Amino acid sequence: MSVEPQTTAAAMSAVDYDDAIVKKFIFATLLFGVVGMLVGVILALQLAWWPANLGLEWTTFGRLRPLHTNAVIFAFTGNFIFAGVYYSIQRLLKTRLFNDVLSNIHFWGWQLIIVSAAVSLPMGWTQGKEYAELIWPIDLSIAVIWVVFAINFFGTIAVRKVKHLYVAIWFYMSMVITIAVLHIFNNLSMPATILRSYPIYAGMTDALVQWWYGHNAVGFLLTTPILGLMYYFLPKSVERPVFSYRLSIIHFWALIFLYIWAGPHHLLYSALPDWSQTLGMIFSVMLIAPSWGGMLNGLLTLRGAWDRLRTDPIVKFWVVAVTFYGMSTFEGPMMAIRAVNSLSHYTDWTIGHVHSGALGWVGMAAFAMIYWLVPRLWKTTIHSPAAVTLHFWIATIGIVLYVVAMWSSGITQGLMWRAIDDAGQLQYPIFMDTVLELMPFYAIRLIGGTMYLTGMLMACWNILMTVRGAPASAAAARPATAK
Amino acid sequence: MSSNDHSNVKSHWHRRLLEGKSAIFAVAVTVGISVGGLVEIIPMYTVAAGPEQLQGVTPYTPLELAGRDIYVKEGCYNCHSQMVRPFRDETLRYGAWSRAGEYQFDRPFQLGSRRIGPDLHRVGKKYPDGWHWEHMKDPRSTSPGSIMPPYPWLYEKTYDVADVQASMTALQTLGVPYSDADISGAGQALKAQSDTIVANLASTGATAQGNEEVVALIAYLQRLGVDSRAALDARDGG
Repeated sequence: MSVEPQTTAAAMSAVDYDDAIVKKFIFATLLFGVVGMLVGVILALQLAWWPANLGLEWTTFGRLRPLHTNAVIFAFTGNFIFAGVYYSIQRLLKTRLFNDVLSNIHFWGWQLIIVSAAVSLPMGWTQGKEYAELIWPIDLSIAVIWVVFAINFFGTIAVRKVKHLYVAIWFYMSMVITIAVLHIFNNLSMPATILRSYPIYAGMTDALVQWWYGHNAVGFLLTTPILGLMYYFLPKSVERPVFSYRLSIIHFWALIFLYIWAGPHHLLYSALPDWSQTLGMIFSVMLIAPSWGGMLNGLLTLRGAWDRLRTDPIVKFWVVAVTFYGMSTFEGPMMAIRAVNSLSHYTDWTIGHVHSGALGWVGMAAFAMIYWLVPRLWKTTIHSPAAVTLHFWIATIGIVLYVVAMWSSGITQGLMWRAIDDAGQLQYPIFMDTVLELMPFYAIRLIGGTMYLTGMLMACWNILMTVRGAPASAAAARPATAK
Repeated sequence: MSSNDHSNVKSHWHRRLLEGKSAIFAVAVTVGISVGGLVEIIPMYTVAAGPEQLQGVTPYTPLELAGRDIYVKEGCYNCHSQMVRPFRDETLRYGAWSRAGEYQFDRPFQLGSRRIGPDLHRVGKKYPDGWHWEHMKDPRSTSPGSIMPPYPWLYEKTYDVADVQASMTALQTLGVPYSDADISGAGQALKAQSDTIVANLASTGATAQGNEEVVALIAYLQRLGVDSRAALDARDGG
């Protein structure tokens, strides 16, 4: 199947795509990528060297870590997704976005939410649920802006000039719907003050709802929309059709159906009822199949174009992104098996797993898309192709250092916690002994994370130079058509 | 499965039935993503399949509630879990494994996901009040090598009675059994419980007023696991 349906040249040239909104979301992606990753590096430093909060309450690990996770998930990844979705649905549906005002409310509203998160989380205004820390007034704003996005998204579909919906749009649609459902139900709460509320769920029910949300925020913000973007931008980048249409159907429906069940794997061996834990474990293991379906469909799209891996840094970014997706979606189900989870849970193994997904899959896919998109949006060539290749290597090596350090740290600490001596007593009864053992790994993680941040900064420089060097007429000229 | 399956794409049922009909597609997606959540969450509200109940666990006192809000505010859950798993090493290190009924008044739940520091679900009454006072001021004074930062502002900021009452009112609306008298009398309850902690601290040479945030936090930490221990003892006959 071709990436885009056949359309006459006349029809294509008649469409006036809104690329200004795509450019805005790309700038926001770069800005908040730097912020989110910088906060991550500061946190890594704090674990290696505790005084790094400088004695300030606003910068303690407990308050800053939610800022890191929220910034990377909702600000960096969110803006990256919106840029890619808004660029690609216009081309795929051969129509301008539904409403320019909604597009701009979406953009500025989302950035305002991010800024309010950057203020409120260091202040300690939090709901205390992971990745759902933002307080209820901000949650309401998110719901409103998400509805604006949904109206703009479905509105664009409604006015489309192409009848059939390409596979990328299925994945986008699953994000728009599922994130709305997750966000609303996980944040149902009773306000006590403007800054504080209490969830309508208590105890283990609250835990289950939270991880139903938390796991599927991973599923439907960090996975399905990125797969959708892969289905658009990867074939574009290698100028090959998607490998298999039938595989995309099977893995799409299997993925979105199975993902929702997997949340309880975050609560294995907890007081959650056993039947629920078992369901979470079984569905997590089954998730390997549709996840690898997506990975294979992405990698096999490169059939016949593998030579470009040597020459085209964008293809390098895609191949590493999709490979890390495959690796993470193998590792995740393994960690969801009770026996493995008994070792990995509560340790840095989890942190390593998350980062192989976030840095390896989401981040590398973001860079692949941005490096492909920016020269086309500004009708120019990338300022420094050499810097793109250097970014690729520094980021890849950074991820490997990060992930290997966290595997080592997690397995080390997990084994020390459970070690029992010949007398039947704990071999390491002093918890601190298991912490101090991790310090070398924390140093390596800090180096890996700093390398990845350095690559991010190089991308910002390269993109800004590219935009500055673009022909002056590009801003005023008609936006590029798809091909 | 091969790339030549593109030849008859146009006649594929998925293309004919779904890909041109966005509303039907959206409904199918909504159904697809709803099943798992409904099957897992709804039974949590039934006695047969829901969390195990535990008699004798009572709501947090006003001071403990204020302390819990501080625990949440400072993001303690980012480094400390409150869930002891049923493993030999965990029960040796921390104490009895965690039961569902113990969490019935926990909003939000604070199970945590990463033990950068130790689990706290059994920390109540493990150390004297003065230990926590010193630990929060200088973690390395009680735990050599600790990587936890000091929390000096907890000794300067104070909790607010009206604020605690607002929390109790919201929780009462959600069904937590606080009586109106509990809420109106929160001020006296806060005073009485903090006086006890101040007295305990005085015996170790520390001077507190009683309205500092750290006093509320100590009250909360000292409560963790305490009445579930009593409830389990009662249920299991000691």
